[in-house]
Amino acid sequence: MNSPLTNITIQLNGNNVTCQTGESLLQVAKRVGIAIPHLCYKEGMEAAGNCRACVVEIKGERSLAPSCCRTVSPGMEVKSDSPRAQRSQKLVLELLQATTQDKIANEKNELSYWTKVAGITNNRFAPAEQTQQASPKDSSHPAISVNLDACILCTRCVRACRDTQVNDVIGLAFRGSEAKIVFDMDAVMGESTCVACGECVQACPTGALLPASPKAVQIPDAVVPSVCPYCGVGCQLNYQIKDNTIISVEGRDGPANHGRLCVKGRYGFDYAHHPQRLTTPLIRRSNAPKHADMQMDPANMMDIFREASWEEALAFASGTLKQLRDTHGKKTLAGFGSAKGSNEEAYLFQKLVRTGFGSNNVDHCTRLCHASSVAALLEGIGSGAVSNPVMDVEHAEVIIVIGANPTVNHPVGATWIKNAVKNGAKLIVCDPRRSDMARLAHRFLQFNADTDVAMLNAMMCTIIEEDLIDRDFISKRTTGFEALKQTVLSYTPELMAPICGIPAETLREVARLYAKSKGAMILWGMGVSQHIHGTDNVRCLIALALMTGQIGKPGAGLHPLRGQNNVQGASDAGLIPMMFPDYQRVTTPGITDKFEKAWQLAPGTLDTQPGLTVVEVMHAIQHGDIRGMYIMGENPAMSDPDVNHARDALSKLEHLVVQDIFFTETAYYADVILPASAFPEKTGSFTNTDRTVQLGRQAINPPGDAKQDLWIIQQLARGLDLPWDYQHVSEVFEEMRQTMPSITGISWQRLETEGAVTYPCLHEEDMGEAVVFTQQFPTSDGKAKFVPADLIPAAEKPDADYPMVLITGRQLEHWHTGSMTRRATVLDALEPDPVAMIHPDDLARLGVRAGELVTLQSRRGEVCLYARADRASPRGAVFVPFCFYEAAINRLTNAALDPYGKIPEFKYCAIKLTAGGTAPVQTSFGGGQAILS
Amino acid sequence: MIPIIPIAKNRQLKRQQTKGRQLDLSTLNQVQELLGDASRQKDLLLEHLHKINDHFGHLPVAHLVALAHEMRLAQTEVFEVASFYHHFDIVMENAKARSGLRLRVCDSLSCEMAGAVPLIAQLKSHFSDCDISVEQVPCLGRCEQAPAASLEQHEIGNVTLSKIMHAVSAKTISAAVPDYLNYAAYQTQGGYRYLQDCHNGTRDRESLFQLMEDAGLRGLGGAGFPAGRKWRLVAAEAAPRLMAVNIDEGEPGTFKDRRYLERDPHRFLEGMLIAAWVVGISDIYVYLRDEYHGCRSILETELAKLRLAPPVDNLPQIHLRRGAGAYICGEESAMIESIEGKRGLPRLRPPYVAQVGLFNRPTLEHNFETLYWVPSLIEHGAEWFKSHGRQGRTGLRSFSVSGRVKRAGVHLAPAGISVAELIEEYAGGMLDGHQLYAYLPGGASGGILPASLAHLPLDFDTLQAHGCFIGSAAIIVLSQHDSAIMAARNTMNFFKHESCGQCTPCRAGTAQAVRLIQHEEWDIPLLEDLSAVMRDASICGLGQAAPNPIACVIQYFPHELKSQQGDKQ
Repeated sequence: MNSPLTNITIQLNGNNVTCQTGESLLQVAKRVGIAIPHLCYKEGMEAAGNCRACVVEIKGERSLAPSCCRTVSPGMEVKSDSPRAQRSQKLVLELLQATTQDKIANEKNELSYWTKVAGITNNRFAPAEQTQQASPKDSSHPAISVNLDACILCTRCVRACRDTQVNDVIGLAFRGSEAKIVFDMDAVMGESTCVACGECVQACPTGALLPASPKAVQIPDAVVPSVCPYCGVGCQLNYQIKDNTIISVEGRDGPANHGRLCVKGRYGFDYAHHPQRLTTPLIRRSNAPKHADMQMDPANMMDIFREASWEEALAFASGTLKQLRDTHGKKTLAGFGSAKGSNEEAYLFQKLVRTGFGSNNVDHCTRLCHASSVAALLEGIGSGAVSNPVMDVEHAEVIIVIGANPTVNHPVGATWIKNAVKNGAKLIVCDPRRSDMARLAHRFLQFNADTDVAMLNAMMCTIIEEDLIDRDFISKRTTGFEALKQTVLSYTPELMAPICGIPAETLREVARLYAKSKGAMILWGMGVSQHIHGTDNVRCLIALALMTGQIGKPGAGLHPLRGQNNVQGASDAGLIPMMFPDYQRVTTPGITDKFEKAWQLAPGTLDTQPGLTVVEVMHAIQHGDIRGMYIMGENPAMSDPDVNHARDALSKLEHLVVQDIFFTETAYYADVILPASAFPEKTGSFTNTDRTVQLGRQAINPPGDAKQDLWIIQQLARGLDLPWDYQHVSEVFEEMRQTMPSITGISWQRLETEGAVTYPCLHEEDMGEAVVFTQQFPTSDGKAKFVPADLIPAAEKPDADYPMVLITGRQLEHWHTGSMTRRATVLDALEPDPVAMIHPDDLARLGVRAGELVTLQSRRGEVCLYARADRASPRGAVFVPFCFYEAAINRLTNAALDPYGKIPEFKYCAIKLTAGGTAPVQTSFGGGQAILS
Repeated sequence: MIPIIPIAKNRQLKRQQTKGRQLDLSTLNQVQELLGDASRQKDLLLEHLHKINDHFGHLPVAHLVALAHEMRLAQTEVFEVASFYHHFDIVMENAKARSGLRLRVCDSLSCEMAGAVPLIAQLKSHFSDCDISVEQVPCLGRCEQAPAASLEQHEIGNVTLSKIMHAVSAKTISAAVPDYLNYAAYQTQGGYRYLQDCHNGTRDRESLFQLMEDAGLRGLGGAGFPAGRKWRLVAAEAAPRLMAVNIDEGEPGTFKDRRYLERDPHRFLEGMLIAAWVVGISDIYVYLRDEYHGCRSILETELAKLRLAPPVDNLPQIHLRRGAGAYICGEESAMIESIEGKRGLPRLRPPYVAQVGLFNRPTLEHNFETLYWVPSLIEHGAEWFKSHGRQGRTGLRSFSVSGRVKRAGVHLAPAGISVAELIEEYAGGMLDGHQLYAYLPGGASGGILPASLAHLPLDFDTLQAHGCFIGSAAIIVLSQHDSAIMAARNTMNFFKHESCGQCTPCRAGTAQAVRLIQHEEWDIPLLEDLSAVMRDASICGLGQAAPNPIACVIQYFPHELKSQQGDKQ
């Protein structure tokens, strides 16, 4: 395929057709409007050529050829309409029809479609007995129903599962007429390793694999192109709408996903229609005091709150904030925006806090995920964003995935990594937990938790000792190498091996592999960042890339995998306490002037001191420094470390305004709750992990009296005497462009027409740069800076009282604090109960059988949940997702902070594990209960 | 109140474990022990499955899970391969494993003619109370000793109930190794001197290319591709080049490779090594069908000797790989897939195996017998080979003759000989009381010809005009006591059983054909349409050749068809 495309001429059904080398006959026929039946062929997949419905006659060949597989060659004479070709095309369809039963007789069933086109009315074959027909309908999976009696063994599902998504669940088993599509080792789908990405359903031509929801097979009234509301990969999707309801979601060809989706994106949409959606403003009853130790149940919400009109609620919300500000000073208020909201919402939110509250006390959950990464990246290379998109792994020889579990947290991003590995790239997985991707890894380094710096310094030591450094890159493009060299040379692999638990020779081997490769990418996640030495961990990764020149070119770079769908955009838009939009520091002279001008404020209005970060705000409340808060779409009562303490703080607020779509744990502490819009109910721009700005489009209307967030922010602003009058979301975006150099070239118009534009994008003709730092770094001297790191232990190490380690994180099916996904029918059914992932050896030692209750205790709190035997967890460590309200694991976590990024140490604290406990109590959502609607 | 229904299934299962079947540690230990220090590389999957299957007599699914873990494969990758091959007997968690000895009895055409069907019934009823499972299997490659069977790994010819009872009571279950010319004996006879000539510079590559081309030796697995041309094609490709030797002799009626291998294995090995030297091969993979237990034992023993005391320096690596009961793996690209540890699905061509073959490397693939002749050609020269032949054809062919003849067996005869001559001159004539009625010139795939065409020259390219081909030269002789319909039904059942299932015309076509020809009245227009489409649109030779017997019945034996008889009246 590397040869340049040249035009050649073939004869197709008697006419000369110009084609390009490499084109298949079927593609050519499609292009010129000749219909050839085809079933096993699907665009974007490798052609299998097994159904044989597309066979054509090629002059000079003994047998017919599958037009999907055969590429054109000069002078080829092809007939798709000869009696001989048509006899085969037709009879193949007849044979397939005889082995199946038409499941859905609409245009989605490609077999029905082609048999109709071919005019087959009377099948000459008797219904044939095939093994698959005897398979009972498999409805064991909540998302997908399996009806193998409609299967034609075209293997599109196999290719979707194995080649595209590389989930390796679906197989073609047995032989001949016994052949059968199987999950794993012929398990029912619901008990298989299936991760329900739904790629197979999207690929199936006959309805053998269908969405389990009967709604989903209806014909939609409208299809709205949008993006996924979950992780930072930023998959484009289509909402299928019927009667203001989303009936299904399909993958769309976006730059980050090319039609692929994961279980959350494809099946996690119906939270928007959950009956517990907030539909009217609520004001706290005067006789409902706030208890730090609350029992939150949305079903009993009205015991605490009463309904209010928007006028009353807004007046109360903004009036009290204003009064607190005017009484106690500008720094008495703080706001938490949301990385789930749009760029425009984030921008207006921070502008509201900075100009309406009057301080920089604005932050959001980036503080809890990649704050340390951003700190190190800004310090080292002058930009907190990724250097290369995820997809760039296809150009890499070596891919290091460290402290990240992309198959769970960035599933579609993970598919590109897995594809690259299948195409020969060498994957190095470094993680204390054995992730699914470890199976595909060339080397899996299961290092001891908390020893990232030891491991990475040892690799750097090897690279310097063995002279594998890129001298040219170091001298021309970096500073500070000598100091780093002095530091890391003392961290020899032999010294570090017992600390990090990886043999010295393996450390050397991986270091060599990375340094010598033509291109190497490092992708990392929260396993790296959520430590008190998170910034140091990232400094090491940056240094590794700089000393080997593995940055600034395709297939070589640094990629912190961003968690939330818009955590990149929210940070860009200035939803952080130390920076205005586009990372312009509040302390840099001249910057406040610039924004005062842009925002038409009197000189000296803007605060020149950095504001408080998420965890610092909680402490400030305890100290009485913060009295009022506005929290939009965030749930610190679940997501903060040491959440008992955070809840206590929230309960002490004099005035809390919560804007959300559900009655969250945080909303429980509110004085006023403003019912907001879910992702598909509004239009806005979102920036993914690749720095690509994409448009989310409104697909449905908000329920009841719920309002779009941008409207609510603006109403509150007016209540705080800000004369805002944005008529449309695009006006906000246009204002952002004026103050944010990186996106100057992205107009709203471009977003609407192109759907996705990557920044830096400096002018409207700029295509945007996917790979950055090719010539220089955006630092004052254009050079990157080495920053050495020494070993710092975790804030709380295991001891005799608390002998084990707790690692927190996420689960594939559940998003963050679970407020959305535990109300999404399929996702909640797939993971209904709170579980702790524990190595079977630890369970055996404890005398606990898998599935029984265990209690986890730290110095700060305890939870009781079910013990899941999981070899992925290292011995001595327990992994717990933080999405379960009935076992909120952040009661246990440690609020100790990284000094630079102010990120808490979610990935490490000391705990005690005991058998038994009180079963977690589930309320009116979660636990695998579906709402009849 | 909001109506709520519980919908999560298997909640307790979800609480206790991660998705999918779980790994059991003690099972993993067993698997690790069985695999020993053998490499865990993916292409050894079949080999490792054999180790477990041989040990337990079946494949417990828990062990497959452990094997997948051990080889770092997905569960489905192991299962789809294990379930493809008939000799792997997967037993699911709640199913009962077969116990006792396994008796495989051949029911392919020669054996059916020798009474396999009533024999199997007799065996099943006799052993119904004992710990013996009697299975009907396709051709075991002992058609000259029909009916054939194997008790576990012990191959038995001319099977009778008493013979089996004797073997069972004596527990004769391991491979019987016939007397053969071993390494030392072969060397004493001057063996490997031609290979040594190659390595010491006495012979050059070009002369050997030339020799093969002059002799006109063609691939004797059935396709008949000129061997010399294949050597040149592969030699012209970039190194590393690989070689794959096909001893998956599965075409019903064919047993020549087994017969030669059982007597003179080193003649083949020398030929193989000469070809490898000429073409510049780094690794040789020998794929032997699982049914040939005696042959496997011979090859294991002799290859070990060869490695220990190589006749020349720099012997290529020779890997012996074991099939697992799949006729389709005799198809060259399916065999490559199988060697790679996968399901034996034929590949679509282009690209051709010579360019993109085993492990995506250029591959010289040869049938056993093609290589077997190489030393003889060097010894006697191209002219000697070409001096043989009848009816204008040249060369020698090894005919596997079975059925109603007095001396069934492998007969080396001139190419172009007619079946009448072959029976009379080589096979001792027809059995008493039998007259030639029909014959299958190329095993199950080559079609069926009537006695009226007994004069046709038997060779490549001579039978196409008659809707038949010679293939591996397996001649099955039918008499007036047999019928062509019986042969067609037997072979179509075989093709249905052995279709890999990849493409529609073959997978669904063979199944439909079996049904259609069970009827007393054949729907001839439909069968003709179906046959044409199977021939035109199947991926590989199996589906393309499968309709041959049907077409031949319609063309040459219309009198056997009820509808046709009706028409005549």
